[in-house]
Amino acid sequence: MSNNNNKTVITTKGVTKVYNPKTIPVHALDGVDLEIKAGEFTAIVGPSGSGKTTLLNAIGGLDRPTEGSIEIAGVDIATLSDGKMIEFRRNNIGFVFQAYNLIPVLTAKENVEFVMLLQGKKKAAMDSRTKELLESVGLGDKMNNRPAQLSGGQQQRVAVARALASKPQFVLADEPTANLDSKSTANLLDIMARLNKEENITFIFSTHDQRVIDRARRVVTLVDGKVFSDEYK
Amino acid sequence: MLLKLAMRNIWRNKRRTIITATSIFIAVFAAVSVESLKRGVWDNMINGVVNGYTGFVQVHQKGYWEERSIDQAFSFDESFQNLDQKVSNIKAVIPRIESFVLASHKEETKGGLLVGIDPTKENNLTKLADKLIEGAYLEAEDNAVLLAEGLAEELELTIGDSIVFISQGYRATNADGIYKVKGILEFKSPDQNRKMVYMPLKCAQDLFALNEDGQNLVTALAFKINDKNHIPKIVETLKADLDTETEYDVMTWEEMLPELTQTRELDEGGSKVSQFILYLIITFGIFGTVLMMTKERVYEFGVLLSIGMKRTQLTISIWLEIVLIGFLGTLVGILGGYGLVYYLYNNPIKLTGEIATIYEDYGINPILITSLDFDIFLKQALTVFIITSLLALYPLLKIRRLKPVEAMRS
Repeated sequence: MSNNNNKTVITTKGVTKVYNPKTIPVHALDGVDLEIKAGEFTAIVGPSGSGKTTLLNAIGGLDRPTEGSIEIAGVDIATLSDGKMIEFRRNNIGFVFQAYNLIPVLTAKENVEFVMLLQGKKKAAMDSRTKELLESVGLGDKMNNRPAQLSGGQQQRVAVARALASKPQFVLADEPTANLDSKSTANLLDIMARLNKEENITFIFSTHDQRVIDRARRVVTLVDGKVFSDEYK
Repeated sequence: MLLKLAMRNIWRNKRRTIITATSIFIAVFAAVSVESLKRGVWDNMINGVVNGYTGFVQVHQKGYWEERSIDQAFSFDESFQNLDQKVSNIKAVIPRIESFVLASHKEETKGGLLVGIDPTKENNLTKLADKLIEGAYLEAEDNAVLLAEGLAEELELTIGDSIVFISQGYRATNADGIYKVKGILEFKSPDQNRKMVYMPLKCAQDLFALNEDGQNLVTALAFKINDKNHIPKIVETLKADLDTETEYDVMTWEEMLPELTQTRELDEGGSKVSQFILYLIITFGIFGTVLMMTKERVYEFGVLLSIGMKRTQLTISIWLEIVLIGFLGTLVGILGGYGLVYYLYNNPIKLTGEIATIYEDYGINPILITSLDFDIFLKQALTVFIITSLLALYPLLKIRRLKPVEAMRS
């Protein structure tokens, strides 16, 4: 079931990405049209090389499409300069990476605070939000641990807290469970599902993991860079 | 936050940081020690040579130094006599009359440089009495001379003998006189040992007709100065006080002894080349680390850009990291270097044997001493700062062109 009452946060129109256009062109994305509304819990699935990560990178403004447009909260991100794009990402998009990608020299608390610091938030506001987020992912007692002192599952939960710190429009998670065991995967999915349900946070995953697909409420399947199917559960 | 991030990253790879900081430490330590020793040795040498005759600063009538004419004498009046009270850091004003003379005894005649001196003041600057090997030192009222040993031998003179001088006096008058030899001086410099003659100032003024109307004329004023760092200020004050446009020249030892300055510059040029090579090696060493660090962390840079860190913020953080490592190495290098330099300043290496004799011959203290001049340390710190800042441009250029997706694929 879609959240039709919610506003549209992402609209992609004819998004195409061609690698090596002048030598041996590889069409990673081929005219992807997609609309994602606020509060959706979407999995983008497909075989390896189908364009899942490329699509996520394009939506996240990490890579620019060769053709087509991507509109986020009314802004065509293709028109943004590099500096504006970084600022836009910081304020509107949360990222969760497969390899967690926390800053190794900062504690869990500092990792979550980091994006807010970049946003120029006041200390008191940062402190309370960091505490709230780490508690919501079940790591209220690990605030002062560095990434190396946390398990993979715990690190990924910190990454989720970090992704939410800037109060983004949506969170992009690229294979977030790929490096996690079953228990950690279930735990992480529970947390994200709860955040989605209770706080209406929009999550978009790229995944191979059936456990993630099973929990998703919308599954977009890509094959050869094209939307093969788009199903709401 | 950027500083915190940089500081923590420095200790993230302790071994790399320690290796880089150690290489900087060795470079700075070596550069500071060598530079300080070189300057200390030169300062000691210059002190010996300069205080042995010219002094650090002299005042003459304009053009005297080039022509050395007795006609370019000037009045040693009260305003000059009191300069040691008027100008701070001038410890004594030493008046001189210098002129070339023909010196005769029996059948022998030789050329000499006659110097009229205030015996007490002169001894205060040049320690002339220490050079006495026979006879007695001059008194202000004496009508006698001190002769360099070589000149005395050539003229076959001994204590108590008479010597005749013939020269040109002030404004084309004839200058001639006969004087008793009161003492024999030994100069280590062969040139000085062949030509030097000293007589009391009053006596010289009479010989050269420099006090006919009570004008009290002299040809040069030398100044006793304890610290050569005061020279620029003293010269500035003297130039402001005296009419240097038309009447007087204020000259430093560097202007009076250009060959000494040139030799020092030549030596410093050589040491600059070796320092350049030392820093070149270190530059490549640090660059290796910077290169490694950048390669290792491209992925991390990509992540930081992805989550919204501005390129300028990332750039500043990395720049701080490299500069802080440079600062750490420099600080330890300077502290270590200062420790060694300070020890050698207070406990200079005493030269022995032939080299010590050569030093003593030229009136130089036979020691290897260091210099504690602040600018030696400052220069090294600035050099390393500039090197590390320039090397930090590499990751900065890399970050400027970095595409997050490509970085995270690396």
